[in-house]
Amino acid sequence: MTVKTDLKIIIKPSSGWAALNLKDLWIYRELVYFMTWRDLKVRYKQTLLGASWAVLQPFLTMVVFSIFFGGLAKVPSDNVPYPIFSFTALLPWTLFSKALLDASKSLVSSSHIITKIYFPRIILPLASILAGIVDFFIAFVVLLGMMVFYKIAPTVNIWTLPFFLLLALVTALGVGLWLSALNVLYRDINYATHFITQFWMFITPIAYSSTMIPDKWKLIYSLNPMAGVVNGFRWALLGIGEGPGVDLMVSVVVAIVLLISGLIYFKRTERLFADMV
Amino acid sequence: MSALAIRVENLGKRYRIGVPAIKYNTLRETISESFSKTRKRLSKNKDSNEYIWALRDVSFNVRQGHVLGIIGKNGAGKSTLLKILSRVTEPTEGEVEIHGRVGSLLEVGTGFHPELTGRENIYLNGAILGMKRTEIDRKFDEIVSFAEVEQFIETPVKRFSSGMYLRLAFAVAAHLEPEILVVDEVLAVGDAEFQRKCLGKMSDVAKEGRTVLFVSHNMSAILRLTEETLVVDKGHLLLRAPTTEAIDYYLSHGLTQEGQRYWNEDEIPRNSHPFHPIAVRIRNRAGHVMDTIRSVEPFNVEVEYSLKAPITGLRVGVYLTSARGEFVFTSFDTDDPQKFESHAQRPAGHYLSRCLIPANFFNEGRFVVGVNASSYKIKRYFQDEQALLFNVDPAGAPGMHWPEKRLGPIRPLLDWKIEEIK
Repeated sequence: MTVKTDLKIIIKPSSGWAALNLKDLWIYRELVYFMTWRDLKVRYKQTLLGASWAVLQPFLTMVVFSIFFGGLAKVPSDNVPYPIFSFTALLPWTLFSKALLDASKSLVSSSHIITKIYFPRIILPLASILAGIVDFFIAFVVLLGMMVFYKIAPTVNIWTLPFFLLLALVTALGVGLWLSALNVLYRDINYATHFITQFWMFITPIAYSSTMIPDKWKLIYSLNPMAGVVNGFRWALLGIGEGPGVDLMVSVVVAIVLLISGLIYFKRTERLFADMV
Repeated sequence: MSALAIRVENLGKRYRIGVPAIKYNTLRETISESFSKTRKRLSKNKDSNEYIWALRDVSFNVRQGHVLGIIGKNGAGKSTLLKILSRVTEPTEGEVEIHGRVGSLLEVGTGFHPELTGRENIYLNGAILGMKRTEIDRKFDEIVSFAEVEQFIETPVKRFSSGMYLRLAFAVAAHLEPEILVVDEVLAVGDAEFQRKCLGKMSDVAKEGRTVLFVSHNMSAILRLTEETLVVDKGHLLLRAPTTEAIDYYLSHGLTQEGQRYWNEDEIPRNSHPFHPIAVRIRNRAGHVMDTIRSVEPFNVEVEYSLKAPITGLRVGVYLTSARGEFVFTSFDTDDPQKFESHAQRPAGHYLSRCLIPANFFNEGRFVVGVNASSYKIKRYFQDEQALLFNVDPAGAPGMHWPEKRLGPIRPLLDWKIEEIK
């Protein structure tokens, strides 16, 4: 009895620019789901507070910010109460920073699988970022609650919110691909990632408003895609700040550049992962 | 003539070993290295000793439905070959053409997460191995009953015993239905029961017409399952032959591992003086030092030692135990009363005490040699209870025409007489 098959694969050394191989990713699409599901399940197993950590993190940060930046330092918050001002920004920020941290570790922490079995490696950083979206939605519900509490109605621009979310994800994926691949080759990245996210937080207008940035620096400031995301969130939900403009376009371009360069670097180094991890 | 399943042509895989700390390079090291490398590059061309070829110039074809064994010493390149076929790592040169889906069992339980339950891990592991969710749904009950873990399916696997864990992991992998199955020594772990199940499942897979590549050190398993076998050594394909011939070649050409054990200075206690142990070895009939012996052939166990001063009443001997801990026998070089007389006094010098184990003595399995040098009730000079491990391969042993496992450490060929009594 013979087994019929039409599937044929050629394995040979790849040179230079490896193709994106979307076909393989499509074949393994269910694995994206399973890996995301695994990351989520494992995240809160045997924890006391479970998924409420998704909310506690940004919430407690907001409390601390409100006391020290809003209350004591009296940082201006564009005519909305400081807590909600910062919480609106903390939401996409938490998504981004956690996605970055998880993605950068994703390959190394799954080294035992990478060295034993084939699947498109990009699934690992991708899944860790997707897992963050679930946490985001949980915290988002709390944000809506806070808006009710402060009697702020969302603006008519709220439909643009998914776009800003996507901008954050694209940036996270781009940087995450860079970091995860680099981490396989150079273990310094573990230490660098924490520093990078800390630093990034300060250059993003979370605790303060981007109106504080002097005009001549505004364009350079908008090279940070997360600035575009945070401002967009505040504009769409709270109605503060100017709408999308040149700064947003700059942010979008930077995010796309990060994503494409991240994909290229990841694909180039993918063949080394099993040997180097 | 069945179609081609795998075509391997001039396959080579090179690893860099010259680079210090290959795994954990820091950016600083890489930068400083690139400076010293530039200097090196200016002085001479590419260092050949910075690289090692794990595989070189390997070519072979496998037809659909064939079961091919791959044997070789550790480090011969077998696992590298499987990794390339499984697309885990990329070849440096050459080409592989594969027809069909490849299912790899390079390790059992790949992707199992200790925090997840048995059920969750079945889905996760199945997905990693390439099964679709509907496929897993369909086979779920079969997998659970094959693994015999029905009661524990909702418990996190970190609570499983190692036996349960292995059974479950293998059950998932065994229900993969790839056109090509690639197996790497999964059978090295687990108890006899588990190994039997594994082999049974693999032969079922082979009977269904799927192609199987099987890497193992277990010659009996290779004999049972495969028709042809590749012998690999130092990255090269040495031989492709019918399995019995290939195994014979492998066992008789000193391609197996060590089979001897030297003692370091710090392993020899000071009060063993004047007895100074050097090594204990297993030599096959041809005189090669081997770690695997065929049970149908006689072999030697030898102890090499030196005496720094004459000793009276010294006896040098070996303990044999099975790897499971059952004691088999103790034997000393002066057990024979005549030898006891003639070697009552041994002058200082360099010695070899060697004994011959007859053919058809040991059963298949792994055995441990221990060494003892003492003077009865006077002094024990040296003892190492677990000096050397060796394997006994039963190929061709009496009764091997029935593929059942016999208990007990010995398997003698006794002289049976069958007569009809009127």
